[in-house]
Amino acid sequence: MSNLKKTACGENYDQYVHRKILIIIALAVLTFITAVFAISAGSADIPMSEILKTLFGFGTEKSVMVMVNIRLPRILMAIVSGIGLASAGCVMQGILRNPLASASTLGISQGASFGAAIAIVFLGGGTIMGNNADAVTVNNPYLTSFCAFAASMFVTFVILGLSKARKASPETMILAGVALSSLFAGATALLQYLSSDVQMAAIVFWTFGDLGRASMKNIGVAAIITGASLIYFMFNRWNYNALECGEHTATGLGVNVSRVRLIGMTIASLCAATIVSFVGIINFIGLIAPHIMRRFVGNDYRFLLPASALMGAMLLLISDTFARLIVSPVILPIGAITSFLGAPLFLYLIFKGVGHNAEN
Amino acid sequence: MLKIDALGFGYRSNRKILDDIKFDVSNGECVAILGNNGAGKSTMLKCLNKIISPQIGTVVVNEVDILKLNRLEIAKNTAYVAQKSEGSRITVYDAILLGRKPYIKLAPKIEDYNIVDNIIERLNLENYSLRMIDELSGGELQKVMIARALAQEPKVLLLDEPTSCLDLKNQLEVLKLIQNVTKEKQIAVVIVIHDLNLALRYCDKFLFLKDNSVYCYGGVDIMTPENIGAVYQVPVTVEKYKNQRIVIPLT
Repeated sequence: MSNLKKTACGENYDQYVHRKILIIIALAVLTFITAVFAISAGSADIPMSEILKTLFGFGTEKSVMVMVNIRLPRILMAIVSGIGLASAGCVMQGILRNPLASASTLGISQGASFGAAIAIVFLGGGTIMGNNADAVTVNNPYLTSFCAFAASMFVTFVILGLSKARKASPETMILAGVALSSLFAGATALLQYLSSDVQMAAIVFWTFGDLGRASMKNIGVAAIITGASLIYFMFNRWNYNALECGEHTATGLGVNVSRVRLIGMTIASLCAATIVSFVGIINFIGLIAPHIMRRFVGNDYRFLLPASALMGAMLLLISDTFARLIVSPVILPIGAITSFLGAPLFLYLIFKGVGHNAEN
Repeated sequence: MLKIDALGFGYRSNRKILDDIKFDVSNGECVAILGNNGAGKSTMLKCLNKIISPQIGTVVVNEVDILKLNRLEIAKNTAYVAQKSEGSRITVYDAILLGRKPYIKLAPKIEDYNIVDNIIERLNLENYSLRMIDELSGGELQKVMIARALAQEPKVLLLDEPTSCLDLKNQLEVLKLIQNVTKEKQIAVVIVIHDLNLALRYCDKFLFLKDNSVYCYGGVDIMTPENIGAVYQVPVTVEKYKNQRIVIPLT
């Protein structure tokens, strides 16, 4: 590519690009290893040899049952959700030029909670299936997911509609998002207050987030939407890079800024809303995964997007394994774990300086 | 060749910011846009490549009215350097490579990398090429932004106060660079600039904006105490020192 002589740092541009690609490959390998560990770890003890056998199709009936039917869907959903939430967050931060943008700060998650609460309270989406607290279940997952999805897309369109009037300014989008998240959080709280104990338990249970909730069909849908979004984002990587130099500079470089912003926000929200409506609220992954990777690969979306996606998948796998193992056999809510692990990590990053305009 | 005719713009229809702007810039010529704060200098510059869409008028570059082209085509004709550039965690090399953005379909071609390599060599940025642009000083960042604009291989270069936050040495360096590039590449350059002496030193033509329209436009002979006094409302004298005109305020 570039024939430049070595620079002062002793590295030329080709080597620099190769180093970035190496980081992404290393991340992919790490994510894979984490996934294998996650599939092997759990309350049912399966030795490593058995796991390897099962992976290659020679497992016992029990290990096949546990790994393929119980753990595999969970792990696949963790990977898909991590990729989707992290790349959506990454793009939102880029096109809104705000480090705080993500599905949970723009009201998309709150919208989903409200939609789920409506389904549970008014449309009979939730009930108790047994005597134990963890047996509270959402008995009509399709209806609940659909309502959650509809409500979070409603939030998205209100945000986009309001900001369209103001030429898609990022400030308007973020402020509208903050206002709507507060509105929907309040509405959900009211619904909980007015609902019965059972319904309230179902709402809280739904809101916690649970990767095991998704069926293989759900995972397929989420994977297709996440994959398509990621491909769209990668096609636009140069547009996002141009935006890093400022709105007017990007316009001068031939980028239709408001169109990139509107379509990018719609797709990122669609992707996040799909995932959230299948698995419930998973905080912080969309915020923290891109920020970790901004430190390592910079703000160049050619590298940042795949790196953030992989980091999101890995973080979610780790959090989920943590949630399953820490008080095994009880599975802690994943949303609580990501917040619990994510917040200190986030604070650490802030104090170390995230790198994004740290000098200015 | 850049020809601007009957250009008009207002944020609201009843209040004009720019009215009937008309001037020509030849290739290899550098024009300074001068005028008070709020005279519409930056707005006019942005109208020239449709970052803001003017309501009426034409901006003709080599016989084509670029206001009728789409964004990408405009970006191949006209490069714009904003008054304040934002630093980010991308390398100098990638920031300059962004200048190839209008030409990049899926990924940059070898030709694109060669153009960037040449510009980096030409502006002596080799030692910086892998530095992050948010770690650069104001002068270095400004040079990178100009390098990025040059990578667009434009026919017209628009610069909004390129020297506003630079020290004396960098002001001279950046303007000298622009002057050399103008002559070498034979492009039409329009600079919004506040410093009259820097304008006198590095620009070929001068355009005064006053009351939303062109007050006067021409070569160095229009830089008279009368014109400057009328535009800036400050009494000045124009003296010669070693064949170089210098504007001295008399207040």
